[in-house]
Amino acid sequence: MNYSEMMVAFVTLVRKEIRRFMRIWVQTLVPPAITMTLYFVIFGAIIGSRIGDMGGFTYMEFVVPGLIMMSVINNSYSNVVSSFFGAKFNNSIEELLVSPTPSFVILSGYVFGGVARGLCVGAIVTLMSTFFTDLNIQHVGITVLTVILTSIMFSLAGFINAVFANSFDDINIIPTFVLTPLIYLGGVFYSVSLLPDFWAGVSKINPMLYMVNTFRFGIIGVSDIDYRLALGMIVFFIILIGGVAYYLLETGRRIRT
Amino acid sequence: MSEPAAISIRGLAKKYSNGFEALKGIDLEVKSGDFFALLGPNGAGKSTTIGIISSLVNKTSGSVSVFGIDIDRDFPKAKREVGIVPQEFNFNIFEKPIDILINQAGYYGMPRAEAIKNAEVYLKELGLWEKRHMPSRTLSGGMKRRLMIARALIHKPRLLILDEPTAGVDIELRRSMWKFIQQINQQGTTIILTTHYLEEAEQLCKNIAIINHGEIVENTDMKSLLRRLKKEVFVLDSINVLPADIIVKGHHVTRLDDHSLEIEVDKGQSLNNIFALLADSGVQIGSMRTRANRLEELFVELLNGSQEAKA
Repeated sequence: MNYSEMMVAFVTLVRKEIRRFMRIWVQTLVPPAITMTLYFVIFGAIIGSRIGDMGGFTYMEFVVPGLIMMSVINNSYSNVVSSFFGAKFNNSIEELLVSPTPSFVILSGYVFGGVARGLCVGAIVTLMSTFFTDLNIQHVGITVLTVILTSIMFSLAGFINAVFANSFDDINIIPTFVLTPLIYLGGVFYSVSLLPDFWAGVSKINPMLYMVNTFRFGIIGVSDIDYRLALGMIVFFIILIGGVAYYLLETGRRIRT
Repeated sequence: MSEPAAISIRGLAKKYSNGFEALKGIDLEVKSGDFFALLGPNGAGKSTTIGIISSLVNKTSGSVSVFGIDIDRDFPKAKREVGIVPQEFNFNIFEKPIDILINQAGYYGMPRAEAIKNAEVYLKELGLWEKRHMPSRTLSGGMKRRLMIARALIHKPRLLILDEPTAGVDIELRRSMWKFIQQINQQGTTIILTTHYLEEAEQLCKNIAIINHGEIVENTDMKSLLRRLKKEVFVLDSINVLPADIIVKGHHVTRLDDHSLEIEVDKGQSLNNIFALLADSGVQIGSMRTRANRLEELFVELLNGSQEAKA
């Protein structure tokens, strides 16, 4: 396939992926908006007003970046895992496998679809947050870069989950038992500086901490960790997870027989 | 220089992870422009062979070339030449037929405008144009099969592989489907067909391979194969009611109903004697025809032969 043909294949796949989640917008775009609005109301407005400042910011200002990031992570991941596993389940993945589309184009197409949904949901949640607090983004470049890189990383992770999944139950195991606890313990609702030294140290092996804090640094300008280290770690994980995903697709493990 | 074979397979073997040997080093060649039947019982290795050609199954050893392109050297290029109609429905039932076709063309790098034009051509030719905006889950079984044929042809492959394409399709649709496939074969597309309807293979295909237990037990042209039949079976229709016990000396006769009977005749034997004997019994023959499923008899014979050889 030459470059322009690869671009046609990529655009076709991305268009299909975006149309898929837009077609079922009630299932894909509305629930995170409602859930995050409830978080804003409960943790920000009702409970948050009694918590007081955190790192010099109101609790609502502190918690909003983490909640936006949480919705981006969940939606990027679930878009790719459900779409690719669905294609495996109904065998429509064969449409792509029998074609000359290279593995990296297939992977990029699915990842781009996941990023599109992650950003779409992120934008909706951001818009909802403006009803509860004023967002004065301090570092636009870091904010955008972090959200895109994080979305890529979790789209890739969703792809790997889909490759190994044998049933629809399997695509919920990782989000329920791994992603959610890591996100909740990754500094979305609190600053790790509040934890005893031991637990603050333990928190630093949680990759979510770096993403949430870098994004928070982009928006409100404060972070528990160095954003450069965090960005470096995200890029490292993208290369690692992306490499595994590409290897699985190229060799056809658990995809071809 | 002669045109390379549409498919050239040498020593193709496939052993699945559970130890099952689906293919045991088969050799097979399908000429360009052929209408080729690949027959065999369930689990013989037909779908595995097709799966390897289409890249859905990884081979264990051997080589496969499509129009001279070795799949180990340039699989993407070889894939361009092949269109696959699988046995099972393998499209997203929530998508519309028009989108399924346009997307498939896109995966082959075909620009969208051209893909839309081609999709219109094939949807119209296969009688799906009116249904193009319906979710494909609402299509009938026959329509879904035709949708898969249209999808397989959208990138204009030189080789079309049909794996049991008429399973569950009614007679009228089956006929129109074959008319269309014969038409594209006449235009130069090579066709490889697997089917359980052996009379279809007999009527449509020029060459044939029979596969059993992962081995090719026969690979020849249809005429030569049918010539091997030692006996022929004719169906005779009588004008008057047939006697209850009808005997024709030297022949095996089966009374089918009051007005028709089946009679086995050795190849090359004169039929005059049979007519004379029937006339003596008071039977007046109005018409006669050859029983259509001659291939079926050979098929069973060959498979039994290969099993006995193993035993």
